[in-house]
Amino acid sequence: MADQPQTPKSDNSILNSIAFRGIAYQVLLGAAIALLGWYLYTNVNENLDRQNIATGWDFLEEPAGFGISESIIAFDSSQTFARIFLAGVLNTLHVAFFGIILATILGVTMGIARVSRNWLVAKLASTYVEICRNVPVVLHVIFWSSIIRLLPHPRQAIEPFDGAFISNRGLMLPFPFDHSLYPWLGLALIVGIAGAVYFTRWARITREQTGKYIATFWPSIGIALGVPLVVWLIGGAPLTWDFPALRGFNYQGGISLSPEYIALLIGITVYTAAFIAEIVRSGIESIHAGQIEAANALGLRRGFVMRYITIPQALRVIVPPTASQFLSLTKNSSLGVLIGYPDLVNIGNTSLNQTGQAVEAIAIMMLVYLTISLTISGIMNLYNKLVAIKER
Amino acid sequence: MADVEMNGAQNGGRKQTPAPVAEKIAVLRWVRENFFSSIGNTILTVVIGVFIVKFLPPFIEWAFFDAVWGAQTHEACRASEGACWAVITEKHRPMLFGLYPYEEHWRLIIALIVYVGAICITLTRRFWHVKILVPLWIANLAICCLLMWGGIFGLTFVETQQWGGLPLTMVLFTGTVVFGMPIAVLLALGRRSHLPGIKAVCVTAIECMRGVPLITILFVAVNVFPLFLPQGLEFDVMVRVMAGMAIFFACYQAEVIRGGLQAIPRGQYEAAEAIGLGYWQMMVRIILPQALRVCLPGIVNHIIAAFKNTSYVLIIGLFDILSATTAVMQDPLWRLFTIEAYIFVALIYFVFCFALSKYSQNLEQWLDQGRR
Amino acid sequence: MTEANSAATNDTVIELKDVNKWYGEFQALADINMSVKKGERVVVCGPSGSGKSTMIRCINRLEVHQRGTIIVDGIELTDNLKNIEAIRSEVGMVFQSFNLFPHMRVVDNLTLAPMLVRKMPKKDAEEIAMQYLERVQIPEQAYKFPGQLSGGQQQRVAIARSLCMQPKIMLFDEPTSALDPEMIKEVLDVMVELAEDGMTMIVVTHEMGFAKTVADTMVFMDQGEIVETAEPGKFFTNPDSERTQLFLSQILTH
Repeated sequence: MADQPQTPKSDNSILNSIAFRGIAYQVLLGAAIALLGWYLYTNVNENLDRQNIATGWDFLEEPAGFGISESIIAFDSSQTFARIFLAGVLNTLHVAFFGIILATILGVTMGIARVSRNWLVAKLASTYVEICRNVPVVLHVIFWSSIIRLLPHPRQAIEPFDGAFISNRGLMLPFPFDHSLYPWLGLALIVGIAGAVYFTRWARITREQTGKYIATFWPSIGIALGVPLVVWLIGGAPLTWDFPALRGFNYQGGISLSPEYIALLIGITVYTAAFIAEIVRSGIESIHAGQIEAANALGLRRGFVMRYITIPQALRVIVPPTASQFLSLTKNSSLGVLIGYPDLVNIGNTSLNQTGQAVEAIAIMMLVYLTISLTISGIMNLYNKLVAIKER
Repeated sequence: MADVEMNGAQNGGRKQTPAPVAEKIAVLRWVRENFFSSIGNTILTVVIGVFIVKFLPPFIEWAFFDAVWGAQTHEACRASEGACWAVITEKHRPMLFGLYPYEEHWRLIIALIVYVGAICITLTRRFWHVKILVPLWIANLAICCLLMWGGIFGLTFVETQQWGGLPLTMVLFTGTVVFGMPIAVLLALGRRSHLPGIKAVCVTAIECMRGVPLITILFVAVNVFPLFLPQGLEFDVMVRVMAGMAIFFACYQAEVIRGGLQAIPRGQYEAAEAIGLGYWQMMVRIILPQALRVCLPGIVNHIIAAFKNTSYVLIIGLFDILSATTAVMQDPLWRLFTIEAYIFVALIYFVFCFALSKYSQNLEQWLDQGRR
Repeated sequence: MTEANSAATNDTVIELKDVNKWYGEFQALADINMSVKKGERVVVCGPSGSGKSTMIRCINRLEVHQRGTIIVDGIELTDNLKNIEAIRSEVGMVFQSFNLFPHMRVVDNLTLAPMLVRKMPKKDAEEIAMQYLERVQIPEQAYKFPGQLSGGQQQRVAIARSLCMQPKIMLFDEPTSALDPEMIKEVLDVMVELAEDGMTMIVVTHEMGFAKTVADTMVFMDQGEIVETAEPGKFFTNPDSERTQLFLSQILTH
């Protein structure tokens, strides 16, 4: 018969206490990080001194010394670095904003197309998604940039419709002349949208109280657009277009979108839309067929089933990953540095090369993106909490 | 009492009536359901049909019939109206292999074959044992490094500055994944730690890396990293870039692994602790094997993304396939046919990524089966 | 009891004539002929794949039959949308997997259809909803989400949801098959009560105890056709067909 194993004696050593160890690990980690940080800091200072590179944020007050090809705010090379960084941020937000809108439209359409019962539509959408997803976004942007460079010279520009010109100098479109009525139109649009919201609310309350159903979709759009339309008509319906006209080597007038902007926009939009399409598809497919059957069995019309059953549930699945795709698109706008679009990273890169102050320039870039990213994450977390479906 | 006829009961067999024609002929039924099931559907089919008829033939003409294939001169390409695939025949060596010396390309080809073979073996479920995979990859990396660097066994030495094209893409990709995965596991474990200090550090690191574009990380690797090092100590730019990409990859992967860890029921942790396993023993032997299995599809998706991300080195001047192609197509004789060259590169990426993503879907199905 | 019901109201509410359905080459329903009178309780049983679910799903057009006629409450079931909507308002259905809407509270699940289809004001719809919740004995769960309820409670909510449309006919597609054993009784009790109140019901189920208590007619289906039909007394003790006997021997042994 084997001996019973010895009962281990009680150990009171503090080294084995869980609490002590926990604290010890954290203290050690903190010390290691602090040490590493100090080491890197001294090295950086030494190296910068050695190479005669300035440090600090004073350079932001200096004139930039270089211009940029396009900007939302007026800019010339005598203005400060601070201003040029601002121009870069605005350019980034500009292409990201329109990119997000276009990618959403394209992505949602493709996502719905992928689950279509029409084989042709579904296969075409699948092909688009697979091709665009599996090619790096860098290649997308360069590809479109190359295509635009192969477009004809402005003198032989393609004219798809009156006043629009596509050439290797970009896209020109006619634009309405600035008119004193426009601020009023803007105000009227806001009033119209508010009116549409109130109308929808009133329709819902009426339905709850009397049971009568009032269609709200098209009337709301009518109200939102109708108010500005009325104001416009009252103002005498002014509409003069500024048409681009060929002067010398390029077009003047109207609005122009530079080839870099277009290439970047198309590249990141097409790439991101493919991912959004997949997200939308999985959102639609996540709804159990049984739900739809139950709704049908209750006698609900297709429109109601969409509005009250399918879309609310699908959105919960679709919105969080889509928000992260929007973020991805914003970060991908940094590819402007490849093709010459003056986004934040492009400008940061140029500044870095001009001043040699790599650390500060890169820090600015990273901080801006980090802010954008954390804001969107915060909003997303809020949304998730609001719409969470409670379970046991 | 309900009124019901008894059908075929007396015969003991079942009365089989043939299906109506539209149901019976499978093709007809399929066509009807998929193309013409409703008015809206029919209109859509017709519209798309018109669209295809209008645009597909010209495209096919451009891409195939009028195209210039094989080893032709650039004049021949300019003369034709179709695509110039001859540019690939002409330029594929520098595109695929960069600045690597021409006579030594055979070494790269062998290295690629060995590498791809190793990947295929890794993906086959039958070989999923640590005892097989670890020696496999050590051998794989050793052979590839040997072939690419040379210097012994009579092979001429080729320094890393001359590596380019597909091998460089593979090297960056491998380095990113091989170094990134362990860091990812550590970050994921750290983020779930009960110790607030460690958790805070991991969360900060992960959120910061995920919030900035890869380009900025690459800038840091190229411009800022040398500043961190004392004078005289230098790292090859490729190593720095690989380190940056590995950490970037690790932060995204950490989130996926964290999801996997969360999916493991508390009971597993409790059982492991109850039998006296320490933290690392529990993690390595019990929790991680299960967690990694659960989130394997997500892991593979990020690996695919890492492959695509190697194309970013174009920005900092390393010559992966895309970058090499862009450089090569500056040749004024062939500049007009840049699109064809990019289509070729896109095809290479597509084949690799698509194959991996199909594998990932296959994996998901297999995992779902196992779980039921 | 059965005779009294039939004598009082002799109208047929559901009629299936020569109904056939194919999935591609496979024939799911073969020459189904059945008619159900008002207040009658029909229990359909049979091995899996026999077409029982398919048959009742054809009645409210969740499945489409290729040949034959189905007439519900005097309205013929065709492609005509108006007919389909009218029929669906009169026929309630309870599913095996409950199919409650998880993103809406229990009370909202119940009031959705009355408000949108019968155009009831919200207050009235909520009153009716609370009435039926009390009938299925879970009024206190009204403001919870389906995910917070047990399986048996969810199925009872599903029954209440169908009842809120005040249908003339209730169809049950294996209502207890997805429930844990201890919750089956609570759902069957609700169904028995419903039957005693005079609801016309067609129930597809394996619960033979329930069938013996409640059914007016037993229907046995196999391989897409109706093999036998009889009153429960005869059906369980002395069925005509051998196939029926075989089936009963298999499911009644345990």
